[in-house]
Order: sequence, then structure tokens, then C-alpha cells
Amino acid sequence: MCGAQPGGPDASTIKPGETTIQGYVTKDGEPVTGYVRLLDSTGEFTAEVPTSATGQFRFYAAEGTWTVRALVPGGTADRTVVAQHGGLAEVAIAV
Amino acid sequence: MARSDVLVDADWVEANLDNPQVAIVEVDEDTSAYEKNHIRNAIRIDWTKDLQDPVRRDFIDQEGFEKLLSAKGIANDTTVVLYGGNNNWFASYAYWYFKLYGHQDVKLLDGGRKKWELDSRDLVAEVPQRPATEYKAKAQNTSIRAFRDDVVAAIGAQNLVDVRSPDEFSGKLLAPAHLPQEQSQRPGHVPSARNIPWSKNANDDGTFKSDDELKALYQEEQVDLAKDTIAYCRIGERSALTWFVLHELLGVENVKNYDGSWTEYGSLVGVPIELGANK
Repeated sequence: MCGAQPGGPDASTIKPGETTIQGYVTKDGEPVTGYVRLLDSTGEFTAEVPTSATGQFRFYAAEGTWTVRALVPGGTADRTVVAQHGGLAEVAIAV
Repeated sequence: MARSDVLVDADWVEANLDNPQVAIVEVDEDTSAYEKNHIRNAIRIDWTKDLQDPVRRDFIDQEGFEKLLSAKGIANDTTVVLYGGNNNWFASYAYWYFKLYGHQDVKLLDGGRKKWELDSRDLVAEVPQRPATEYKAKAQNTSIRAFRDDVVAAIGAQNLVDVRSPDEFSGKLLAPAHLPQEQSQRPGHVPSARNIPWSKNANDDGTFKSDDELKALYQEEQVDLAKDTIAYCRIGERSALTWFVLHELLGVENVKNYDGSWTEYGSLVGVPIELGANK
């Protein structure tokens, strides 16, 4: 599969033990569509997905500290997230 | 070549939405994005179905490209403006592909679909019809396409620019972090390659950085642009964006895109592979 699905990879493609970062983006308390970028610990771009219609996103990553940056019309916001090997890290971003 | 010959902004596109000499073409990594909505009067080219040979791992041939563009209503003198999601990765790939078959007038929409959306510009669902043409393609211009033997021969001799993310370069990940991690290849990079991620060419909103910023980037990374250069990534789409920057925006000659990229190189038997971060 090569397409960047809105919201990130389909849940059915998650393999056990895969390190995953997922979450959702809101603006004024409501889900908002836009884009979410994954930046590594040096601030380098790693990946970007469009959010789903309900503002959700998901990345496969490696263990470590990451920044997720939401870009939506009229705003951006960053959150730091720590991913554990084989774990699921969840993050909510309010823009 | 001036930047304005190959790159247009959203205002230019809005002013040319009804210009029959202009074909606006969406090429997306997510090939279904177009169905939801797209720029008014834009047609779609599906990079998986339209641009790949259905059997072999290769592009459609010259005749196939002629048929495709004829059916899409693109003539030899049409100005083709490409845009797409994911920071124009696949629009850049299509740009390079159109140049491979010798299309004269191709441009990218700066910032692609993302900037258009973030600016809250109009998108529609209606699919336009363009009258069919009789398109004539040229033979492939292989001066801009690298094959695996070119890459092996370039180790230590030419510039190899690996435009993947640092974790893919070092061998930590096999694919970008938003995709499943296929396991068929060995991780790592081509020895002597410099890791200059494609993203360093672009701003957060997907627009390209200025020519001066781009020149400074490759100088700082010690890429001697007087030498021949091969860019690669995982499947040749992000490296098409770097090819666009070097060859089209900065006017560097002898730059090739290796479309086989890591999915081919990382599966080859017997070739050298290096692990670890950029030195």
C-alpha cells in the first residue's frame, strides 16, 4: 500500500508490536480537518498525513520523542509525544 | 529557466481555471482524494493505474503515454499545471514523468493541494470533460532517469542524494512513518549518499523555499553541483521533488531521478549498503 489514507494507515494494517502514534485535532472544541506532521527529536520532518473527517491521524514510528504538528486553516499547534517500542502513544491536539 | 516558467501560485491557477489552453491535473498519493473534491476543472491522473505498466515494474511506454494524454484531453501545446497532496510528492513525480516523455510546458502549483486547502480556497466534486486529442510523445529522455547500474557506478564518483527521512536513511525505518513498514528489503542507504530530506526544500505549507535558500541548503550539505547527481528515495516520488528543485528551479544540469529507489536497491543481491546517520 502506498497511498496516504486520511487519518493515516487503516487500523486493519496495524501489526502487533508496531510502534504507533495516533490522536485527533480539534479547534474550539470541535474536530477539525487539516494536516498533521510528525517531526523527529531534531525537529526534522518525518511524515505528514491529512486528518480524517473527524480530525484523527495515525503514524507508524520508532521508539523515541517526537513532535506532532497540526496544520489547519488559520492555525498550527505542536505537541511532544514519547513513543515506546511496540506501544501505542495517543495525543490530542487543540489548535 | 525562470522559476515562473515551472512554478505557479494559486492566484495564477484561479485566473486560468477556464482557460482551455491550460489543463489542471491532480496527481495524489491518495488516489481517491480527487473523488471527494478537487480544484474546479481539474482532471485526475492516477499514478498507480495510469502511469505504471500493468504487468512489469516500469512505466507505461511512449504509445501508452500518448493514449493516456489523448484520452485526458491534453494536447502537445497544452500548458499542464500539476498539483497534489502530500506537498506535491506525486505531482512532482508526474512533472518529471511528463518531462521524461518530452512534454514542453509543465508547471507545478506551489504548495499543491495542502496550501490550497489551508487557504480555504474552493474545491468542487464535479468532474470536467476535456475533448480528446491526438497526443504525440517523444521517446523517453533517459538523461533525467537513473537505473540501478547507474547508481552502483555512481558510488563514490557522483553525487548521490538520498532524500528520505533520517530514520529511513539510517536504517531505522523502511518506509515513511505514515506507511506500513514493508519487510522485503534491507534497510540502509547507498554508500557515499548524502541524506538531504526532501522536506528541507519546502516550507510547512508545502511551498518551495526561495532559490537562495535552496542553493544554500545544497552548499551546506557539501553537494558539489558541478558533478552529476542522482536523487533517490523509496519509490522515486520524493526524489522527483528534489529533481525538480535541482534541475528545474536551480537549473543544475545532469540530475537524474532513480525511480527504482530504495524498494529496488534495498532488494538487490550483492550491492553494498551502508547503515547509520549522515556523516
